[in-house]
Amino acid sequence: MTTLTLAVRDSATMTQRSLRHVLRYPVTLVVAVAVPVLLLLLFVGVFSRLKMSLGAHASYIDYVMPGIIVMTAGYGSSVTAQGVNRDSTEGIIGRFRTMAISPTSMLNGYVVSALARTLVSAALVIAAAIGLGFRPTADAGRWLAAAGITVLLVLALTWLAVPFGLAAKTAEGLTGFILIVQLLPFISSAFVPPGQMSGSVRWFAAHEPFTSVIDTLRGLLTGTPSGGAVLTAVIWCAGLALAGYLWARVLVRRDLNR
Amino acid sequence: MTSAITATGLRKSFGGTVVLDGIDLEVGAGTTFSLLGPNGAGKTTTVQIMSTLVHADSGEVRVAGHDVVRDPAAVRAAIGVTGQFSAVDKLLTGEENLLLMADLHHLGRAEGRRRAAALLGQFDLADAAKKTAMTYSGGMQRRLDLAMTLMGDPRIIFLDEPTTGLDPRSRRVMWQTIRELVAGGVTIFLTTQQLDEADKLADRVAVLDHGKVVAAGTPEELKRSISGAHVRLHFADATGLDATARALGGAFRHDGTLTLEVPSDGGAVAVRELLNRLGDVAAAVDEVSVHTPDLDDVFFALTGRRTAEATPELENAR
Repeated sequence: MTTLTLAVRDSATMTQRSLRHVLRYPVTLVVAVAVPVLLLLLFVGVFSRLKMSLGAHASYIDYVMPGIIVMTAGYGSSVTAQGVNRDSTEGIIGRFRTMAISPTSMLNGYVVSALARTLVSAALVIAAAIGLGFRPTADAGRWLAAAGITVLLVLALTWLAVPFGLAAKTAEGLTGFILIVQLLPFISSAFVPPGQMSGSVRWFAAHEPFTSVIDTLRGLLTGTPSGGAVLTAVIWCAGLALAGYLWARVLVRRDLNR
Repeated sequence: MTSAITATGLRKSFGGTVVLDGIDLEVGAGTTFSLLGPNGAGKTTTVQIMSTLVHADSGEVRVAGHDVVRDPAAVRAAIGVTGQFSAVDKLLTGEENLLLMADLHHLGRAEGRRRAAALLGQFDLADAAKKTAMTYSGGMQRRLDLAMTLMGDPRIIFLDEPTTGLDPRSRRVMWQTIRELVAGGVTIFLTTQQLDEADKLADRVAVLDHGKVVAAGTPEELKRSISGAHVRLHFADATGLDATARALGGAFRHDGTLTLEVPSDGGAVAVRELLNRLGDVAAAVDEVSVHTPDLDDVFFALTGRRTAEATPELENAR
């Protein structure tokens, strides 16, 4: 067998291992769906009565849903970081590293399984939202494009989650990463248009990576103009994914216990 | 004898602290080598360098004929490692852990299942095969860990303090397994703080202290290298003790316990000669015992300190 065939086979084995974890403890998946749905209920309940200029949006749930999808991805990546960290601190990664398998296969296993897990939870969250009154106007092509940008976002967040999980010496060391991926969407265009914010917060919300992804998704799902957000979103996601990938490669090759 | 592992001039520091200060080791193929030393001596770091997990600052290590820095993949293909803390996937069952190893070693499905079943039986885990490793006791997790290492049928196995914290039964299973592996031609590199473990299992021992090898040889050589061996004569009454002490001279007498300690190397020839010298007085001797120093005495003689195993309580009881 060639090196590539072996790498693909090892990646598949590693993916299967991580997916088995999800199936063994499905509560992880339940929480990953329940948290965004609760946030959706909360924000729709609180904000839909406030008079906001939401552009073309007839109802607040249509405005807020792209942000909820992004938050689902953010929550998914914090689960990934915790799983990688557990493997790292419990020693199984040390075992894998003494075996004749490429370190990249190990990383691929985390990323592919995280992608599958997060996409399933995002699909369930969207289904729940439709039940609650979310009315996307997208046709099949736009849905496909929305799925594509979601995949890109999840890849970016997961490739960041893996090195953060590897680098942290304890689960507590992940607090910073978890805070960033779970809180950053709040200071974006997810719940309130940045134009209604003030001063430096407005600037930050307009330029942070989540906003471009949210605006792209909103444009695709509900037909609002998304301006140059698509290109910005793709560049942000590709850049973050590449940075995370390169960092993770360094981490799996450096000395253990450093 | 071909070498399974050679290390020359191995040095490693972590953040300014010298952990290994130039060690040289050689392990013959098919033998058990034990690296003995207290906590912090550098045992784990040595294993991590030899198993490609940590890079040495300087020095050369060859494992199974391959350089650990230039050809880590070839080294990894030949070795198995079981560390101080069990490296099992606690979310998977015992059987799934073994099958995971089978897949990563690219064994066929049938072969993987066959080996997994055999190892589960050998390590007394058959009943727990379908339970997640999280529910296992510490001893069971450690046994599963070693079973996972054996799935790949490695020719060289590193065991870093494999019995630390194990209950006596798991410890016996571990020792028995090590003996069977060596009988099958496997090379074992074992670190331990337990002197009896090195004594019972190892063909050769190196004593590591503060990152330096302070002694190396067979357990017997090490024990003979220090003074302190003696023959102990025990008497039923003080009359016999007095008579024998006069006859021998130079013996160390303990009136309280009615014993005489006669310096000797403890060998059969020396003991026969001693008894011949006693002649008629020998009838007064109740019991003869030979005391040879154990590795703890060796360690004490070499470093001036007792190892972790010889606790103060035991010292007082002696």
